[in-house]
Amino acid sequence: MNDALPLGESPLRSIDAVELGLGEAGYIANRQISTAIYMAHHLQKPILVEGPAGVGKTELAKSVASWLKLPLIRMQCYEGLDESKALYEWKYGKQLLYTQILKDKINSVIGESDDLTTALNKLHSFGDVFFSEQFLEPRPLLRSLQEPGGSVLLIDEIDKSDQEFEAFLLEILSDYQVTIPEIGTVGAIVPPIVLLTSNSTRDLGDALKRRCLHLHIGFPDDKLEARIIASRVPGIDARLLKQLVSFVQQLRALDLKKLPSVSETIDWAKIMLLLHTSVLEVDLVRDTLNVLLKFEADIEAAGKQIAGLTHKARQDAGIA
Amino acid sequence: MATAAPASEPLRRFLQVARGAGLQVSAAEGIDAARTVDLVGFEDRDVLKDSLGLVLAKTPDEKAAYDEVFDLYFKRDEFAGGNEDADPESSEQDPFSSPSNGSGGDGMGGQGGQSLGSLLAEDARATLATAMEQAAREAGIENIRFFTQKNLYARRILDRMGLRALERDMEAMRQTGTPEGLGRAQFLDSKVEMLRDSVRDFVERNLLLFAKGDTEKFREELLKSARLSNLERRDLDRMRVLVRQMAKKLAARYAKTRRRRLRGQLDTRRTLRRNMGWGGIPFITVWKQKRIEKPRVMVLCDVSGSVAAMAQFLLMFMYAINEALSDIRSFAFAGSLIEVSEILEKEPVEEAITKIMSLIGFGSSNYGNSFADFEDGWMKHVTNKTTVIILGDARGNRTDPRTDVIGRLSQRSKRIIWLNPEYRSAWGTGDSDMYRYAPFCNLVTVCNTLRHLERAITDILDDAT
Repeated sequence: MNDALPLGESPLRSIDAVELGLGEAGYIANRQISTAIYMAHHLQKPILVEGPAGVGKTELAKSVASWLKLPLIRMQCYEGLDESKALYEWKYGKQLLYTQILKDKINSVIGESDDLTTALNKLHSFGDVFFSEQFLEPRPLLRSLQEPGGSVLLIDEIDKSDQEFEAFLLEILSDYQVTIPEIGTVGAIVPPIVLLTSNSTRDLGDALKRRCLHLHIGFPDDKLEARIIASRVPGIDARLLKQLVSFVQQLRALDLKKLPSVSETIDWAKIMLLLHTSVLEVDLVRDTLNVLLKFEADIEAAGKQIAGLTHKARQDAGIA
Repeated sequence: MATAAPASEPLRRFLQVARGAGLQVSAAEGIDAARTVDLVGFEDRDVLKDSLGLVLAKTPDEKAAYDEVFDLYFKRDEFAGGNEDADPESSEQDPFSSPSNGSGGDGMGGQGGQSLGSLLAEDARATLATAMEQAAREAGIENIRFFTQKNLYARRILDRMGLRALERDMEAMRQTGTPEGLGRAQFLDSKVEMLRDSVRDFVERNLLLFAKGDTEKFREELLKSARLSNLERRDLDRMRVLVRQMAKKLAARYAKTRRRRLRGQLDTRRTLRRNMGWGGIPFITVWKQKRIEKPRVMVLCDVSGSVAAMAQFLLMFMYAINEALSDIRSFAFAGSLIEVSEILEKEPVEEAITKIMSLIGFGSSNYGNSFADFEDGWMKHVTNKTTVIILGDARGNRTDPRTDVIGRLSQRSKRIIWLNPEYRSAWGTGDSDMYRYAPFCNLVTVCNTLRHLERAITDILDDAT
């Protein structure tokens, strides 16, 4: 291994260490997720995270950042996002202001030039003062390259951006560098850990996929979900937890428009804690179902089966 | 390790197998795979599976295919005749650690019956497995394509492992006539039988690995240009998958070009507004844009017996690309016409079709009557942005074709596209009214295979500007 850090000390020395570290940061990762982070670091490749909404794609980036104590730089994608918002922009106002202030100085610079050519030549010798780094406003992408200690760059919901923007990202994703026409190529001081998330609202280009590791996070199984809830909602009764998870897992087996995600389970658990519930009651579930399901049709469809599901959940938790 | 190590032979073969299974593995991904293998090693099979999966499989479909092919390729537990294992260390033989230096470490390859016999007698499974791997590689197992080649390859592998010499030895033992010699020959006989089974299994698995991809691709190519009305029932599922794939590709391609910038035409009003902050000095220029409208589509399908199969695929296709369309309404007709949009939105196309069929059935078609129905009920919804697609053979059983309705429809709509499953030579023959409708249509085209369908729909989307 030829990493800068001796492997024994690096927090990314092994897959187990990653899993443990993410756990400390409050993110319960399965084996695949920790393998992905481990490989992203060692192969220096971005990770493309796909999966349904609310399974913790964005949370993963936050946790990695807080665990490695690196700044998290987040860029939310949307239609119409372009490089002036993602990469850099010139500080037009400052440039204007400076030209106004320096107007008076112009005479002393140009001096006693006789004709236009000498005056221009003198100006040229000052170089591109107004197109230097002082007048550059770094946007997320550039900022993450300039972080001296490295960073975690989260490019959120890449599928919402335009095709052109996706192509624009390729340079930074494969070489960790960007090209600014007026200045030149800016490379990363320390290559950031890059995570891209996507809800698969459209198919991403092959070129982008080829440059990334592809991680798919699905809904967790009951054991993992229970661990996640326990870590996110501390102080929850173990038996209630079992009921909640069992109920939600059953709900996911139904034919619904939008299945409840982990984030919804967490919200629900928090509400149950707030209401001092210890056993799931049919009425209570009915009243709080809108936390789990976000479509009227879904609530209606699931509503008919609440009694059965609640009963089964109680049984699973060992409550008669 | 900073530079990518050359992909080892077994990894290269795995990548070949993966490609055959439908994974798109580019050269760059091959290099990544090699680096991954360098990084994580082979010791832990699960870690290897996870890590290679991250590099190679990039869609849920690919993930599933990858899981299957990985398990198949790395399943190395042949000779599972008994439970005991002589040597746990060498039993962990996988294709990566098996020696690739010439004829193998223990010199088994084609050396003679003596060592094969003793190996069988000792039940040294791990060594036998290695020998089999190697013999298979020498026999060129990765070229196997057809199931008829199974026996050929099995024989070749057994020969290379030295079975012939062993059989000669066994014959000699029997010739001696001593009870000892006979007993030994009998014992070896049972062992050889076991070996044969193992090799046969092994070849079969390799056939699955190496040949599956090719035959599937071949079949799919065939299906794309097969007449849709002649499809066999067993191909229907595969066709549905194909339709969805094609539709997804089209939808992805046309979902993006919603606006096109017109280079060189300044949008003065928006430029001024955009630069107000800098006192109207135009730092940022805004160009005029052309907004590309998604097509508004009405589909009229003849579902009478002759065209029903085609209608099913057209509808399936249209609903699969609905993200590239702004609005789609569908109608089915035979003797008369009804709107079926609602049924198609609520239910998966396959079930919807059966339901529609039962609603208006397989009666004989009456185009004139159906078009009149359309005019009464829905002509008012047709605007100059509507594309009307009519699918039918234009055979109205000698009823009044009502070309006047189509004429009015062509005036109101943006365009009419007629897809006819019959070949051009059949148009106008018998009761076909195709040539009487044709003058009112912007496009009349033959459409009876999946390829035709794809082309026709591409045209519709292309012209949507």
